[in-house]
Amino acid sequence: MTWLRHGGIAAFVVRRLLLGVLVLFLVSVLVFAATQALGDPARAILGRNATPESLAVLQKQLNLDQSVLGQYLSWAGGLLQGDLGSSLAAQAPVSQLLGSRLVNSSVLVLCAAVISIPLSIALGSWAALRREKAFDTVTSNLMLVLAALPEFVVALLLVILFATTVLNVLPAISTIAPGERPWDAPAELVLPTATLVIAVAPYVARIMRASMVEVLESDYVEMARLKGLPERTVLIRHALPNAIGPVFQVIAISLAYLAGGVVVIEYVFNYSGIGSSLQDAVVNHDIPVVQALAMLIAAVYVLLNLLADVATILVTPRLRTRL
Amino acid sequence: MSQSVENLTHGVDTPTPPVRSSTLVTRSLRLWRTRIGASFVLLLVAVAVIGPFVAPHTPSEFVAIPNSPPGGDAGLLGSDYLGQDVFSRFLYGGRGILVMAIVSTAIGLVFGVAIGLVAAYARNALDDVLMRAMDVIMAFPQIMLALVAVSLVGAQTWVIIAAIAVTTAPRVARVARGAAQPVVERDFVAATESMGLSRVRILTGELLPNILGPMMVEASLRLTYSIGVIAALAFLGLAPDPNGANWGTMIQQNQIALSTQPWGALAPIIAIALLTMGTGLFGDGIARTAAGIDRERGDE
Amino acid sequence: MSTAQHSRPELARAAVSVRNLHIETSSGHVPVVNDVSFDIAPGEVLGVVGESGSGKTTVGLALLGHARRGLRIAGGEVLLGDEDILQLDDERLRELRGSDISYVPQDPASSLNPALRIDIQLREVLQAHGSGRGHDHDARIAEMMREVALSDDPKYLRRYPHELSGGQQQRVGLAMAFANRPRLIVLDEPTTGLDVTTQATVLATVRELAAAHNVAALYVSHDLAVVAALARRVAVMYAGRVVELGLADELFESSAHPYTRRLVGAIPRLTGGRSLVGIPGHAPSPGRRPPGCAFAPRCTMHIPECDAEVPPLDQVGSEHSARCIRASEVLAQRNAKTGDPVDFVPADWDTAVLTLENVVASYGKVEVLHSISLQLAHHECLAVVGESGSGKTTTARSIAGLHRDWAGSIRLGDKELEKSARARGTESRRQIQYIFQNPYGSLNPRKTVGETVGQPLAVFGIASGKRDAAHRVGEMLEQVSLSASYANRYPDQLSGGERQRVAIARALISAPSILVCDEVTSALDVSVQAAIVELLGQLQRDLGLSMVFVTHNLPLVRSIAQKVVVLSEGNIVEHGETAQVLADPQQPYTRQLIANTPSLETATAELSPSADRGLDLGRPR
Repeated sequence: MTWLRHGGIAAFVVRRLLLGVLVLFLVSVLVFAATQALGDPARAILGRNATPESLAVLQKQLNLDQSVLGQYLSWAGGLLQGDLGSSLAAQAPVSQLLGSRLVNSSVLVLCAAVISIPLSIALGSWAALRREKAFDTVTSNLMLVLAALPEFVVALLLVILFATTVLNVLPAISTIAPGERPWDAPAELVLPTATLVIAVAPYVARIMRASMVEVLESDYVEMARLKGLPERTVLIRHALPNAIGPVFQVIAISLAYLAGGVVVIEYVFNYSGIGSSLQDAVVNHDIPVVQALAMLIAAVYVLLNLLADVATILVTPRLRTRL
Repeated sequence: MSQSVENLTHGVDTPTPPVRSSTLVTRSLRLWRTRIGASFVLLLVAVAVIGPFVAPHTPSEFVAIPNSPPGGDAGLLGSDYLGQDVFSRFLYGGRGILVMAIVSTAIGLVFGVAIGLVAAYARNALDDVLMRAMDVIMAFPQIMLALVAVSLVGAQTWVIIAAIAVTTAPRVARVARGAAQPVVERDFVAATESMGLSRVRILTGELLPNILGPMMVEASLRLTYSIGVIAALAFLGLAPDPNGANWGTMIQQNQIALSTQPWGALAPIIAIALLTMGTGLFGDGIARTAAGIDRERGDE
Repeated sequence: MSTAQHSRPELARAAVSVRNLHIETSSGHVPVVNDVSFDIAPGEVLGVVGESGSGKTTVGLALLGHARRGLRIAGGEVLLGDEDILQLDDERLRELRGSDISYVPQDPASSLNPALRIDIQLREVLQAHGSGRGHDHDARIAEMMREVALSDDPKYLRRYPHELSGGQQQRVGLAMAFANRPRLIVLDEPTTGLDVTTQATVLATVRELAAAHNVAALYVSHDLAVVAALARRVAVMYAGRVVELGLADELFESSAHPYTRRLVGAIPRLTGGRSLVGIPGHAPSPGRRPPGCAFAPRCTMHIPECDAEVPPLDQVGSEHSARCIRASEVLAQRNAKTGDPVDFVPADWDTAVLTLENVVASYGKVEVLHSISLQLAHHECLAVVGESGSGKTTTARSIAGLHRDWAGSIRLGDKELEKSARARGTESRRQIQYIFQNPYGSLNPRKTVGETVGQPLAVFGIASGKRDAAHRVGEMLEQVSLSASYANRYPDQLSGGERQRVAIARALISAPSILVCDEVTSALDVSVQAAIVELLGQLQRDLGLSMVFVTHNLPLVRSIAQKVVVLSEGNIVEHGETAQVLADPQQPYTRQLIANTPSLETATAELSPSADRGLDLGRPR
């Protein structure tokens, strides 16, 4: 127990992991409870076609004849073993259904992340350096406007601009046939990735700018300049490490946000990823799929937060010594 | 705080305007961006509210051949994929989104601020518990939770409002707590504690007025996101009345005809874009004004 | 140290010459610093004193060619040798900074980069300005650390700034400043916020290093006592101009400018309990300075000619100049060394209004007060003195119920008090009122003065209706020397001294019997501090209050308290009558504390004007 409190960074990571597990557990309870609390899923699925016999069959199929606790335990137990349940619509294991789609979505999100994170850090820092000059005013206002627009609006505007009316450069839809891989048709990835980048980068850039401005006005940066250090050293050694700390949390939140944004984007571009699966599942009341995806995204979020916390600690020595 | 600013503001002789929320808004309206933002919002709110009263046709009235360009029978903006008047549907289409967005954001704000203030003031185990609970809810992107809720119950108005409110509250709580924590440390709060002022009075009378600035900014930010999510839900076909006039559903339905009759989708796209840009600009204007005021006052 | 090094400046070439320095705001061109000129010889320390708003820090930074955001250096010259700092290009300026001119900032905690280990921060000042490789630098860094009496152990050097104490951080700052043997060092109040003991060490270090390397130094401070002990010549700044310039002891013994005289009169003295006399009003902020002499509105020697134009800085002695048209008359007056003796209200020693018995207080697991006991008599003012970490604030907060984690007994008269204020009855809460240190944080920025002062009336149910409340508020404001019209103002429209008066009004409006003052003047300028202490003394007489006065400022105690209690690390080390304890301390800790306190009298006493005021002055005693 004492190790957990004072064991330095390793103990911190373990503590955070345990906390994450706790959160996931609570999330699973929440998701499950929501399913139960909002009425009989079997009835909702069968709708008007519900006869006592079909209801009974479906209920048995959904394990609804067990007690609530029993249902929860069998579901959660299955999750931990990698069994994500069985899709009602497709009558197939969820994992099989989602496997390749997961890969597709991950590729998209990964591309967006790899582009947007360095881009927003660079933009934000540069705007802070050229504070209130032309570059800053233009980018800041642009970022403000782009950040406000909903992603599907951005997606459609991009489609209008590049794929249909104005320029006809890129494909308007990005279907991936089963068996294909996203990188087989890179042109189809451009617009969806661009939309995700535009959804996320402006916000991170603005936070980066604010953090950088605060650091550039700090006493220790002033002191570094008064020591006669070259400007490059001041920026890279003194300013950047301190400015970037707060930004990690924001990046984690943004990446988690992407997981939600992906839903809408995939719909616009007809991209076969988990977003569109989720949308289909919602429309069809395919509860196991919805539950599985909810847990998946929650797990990603928890993981990202953990990484962000660790990264922040690494960059902020003051927090390290308190561990 | 830099000494030169301290030097500049020490010994004020003539009264400077006090920083109350009404003043904050009026001062922020001096900035271009606040004015532009406010006018966008007001314009679109007007369209949404008054629209139904001045629309030439009802939303489901058949006026011309589907996807006819503007002019003649088809009206100002042409007809949509079912032959309905785009212009009329456009005028009817904002109300639903706006009402749901405003109501859900308001509910989320009230709960979020309350939770955030309590957490900030409690500073102990209660704070931890509340924030963990908020973390659990925040583990879902807003739209995901809305989708899950809708998948379970159906795309009813109250479901959407509840989902947005429930996801807004923890995000607001986090910001409120962050804004309130430095205030809790200040001596004037301790002064009221030494008088024995009740906790509720301290939260409402001492803490709340001092976080109004950041809360107003957060409110406009949250409204922006709420509008975005509700419109996105409609776009995905999950609006309370799938056949009724709704900017989001209009975009979805008329997306296909973009190259031939763009207005069916373009008009609502522009409307949503202007609305969200407006709330975003307005919020930013307030944020800048508040930051400027703090700098001027040279507070601590 | 040979006296030749401290001989008259005209024989040695000045290390730095400042001529007609003019600094204004970037937008609006409001003058902040006007027409400032002085020389500093190699090895000499020039003190620059002034209160907030005087522009002294701005002048200090200008010597490095730096102006803070919002300000710009608009005119004048800063000659370092043959080069004018203000005309140099960026690259040359960068070369000089850290090597020929260096800066020691006020707040060491915020000027060291929290993310970098201190050896990196020390090393980079060498790397930026010299040749030599890693090994040479290692040796040099070890030497630098030894010079400032810090450990040269490599493990120590791998620490982060937050792992050092305030005094250690400041010494690292000094090491960096002296590293490249600069010709000029600008020190900006480097001992503010440090304990008296730490302060003494830091000052000694500055003295030794500057003397050893023949460095010219500009020492900016608001603390005249510190400056008097360290500096040969002193420049007094007011409202952006130098109003007096001369040898330290001449300046303080017989000032030629009314402001300096009043300032000296406002400084608390260790010996001889005298009442402090503040200066009414406050310094004009930039942009609101009158056309004539800036001090005229507050000056007792004011004549109509003073408002005509700004007086020139005229010679009044061989090395003494003052910016006043009546300077010769001012000189002719003798400086009152001892003011009126303090008129204490006779305390009723038999009744104890407040008793602390074996009070043990903790913060979490750490015990900070180890069983202290004290008594406050009726009409008495008891000073609680100690350095940071002594537990004095914890004591005050426990008395008021703001700190709950204590055990033992605190009695109000006969009544045992509960730990937290909230648990106590209305009457107990009303009887004990608290005034905080920071005037900028103790008033709700969203409430008017009237609302703040009137709040206790509502909470304790004292006033009978709105009109009665407003009436009482008005009366109370008048009693703290603020006009009743202040009730409609907001805190951000008031100066620090005025805010503190409002805090006092709030505390007294419910007619308490005990006032707990927690470092209430530490954040204020000297002249304002004097006025507040004056006010508190008067209120105590008029209202028959008993006071607990917490402070780290030992000389101040003399002017306000009959009895004093000295705390060190959670224990009472000495207590007794103020005059007695200060004149003849029994305990070694108290003696050390007094010895380390810089005071104006010991610094200037018994020294003839031409005496050696250089840097090798021994400890004041």
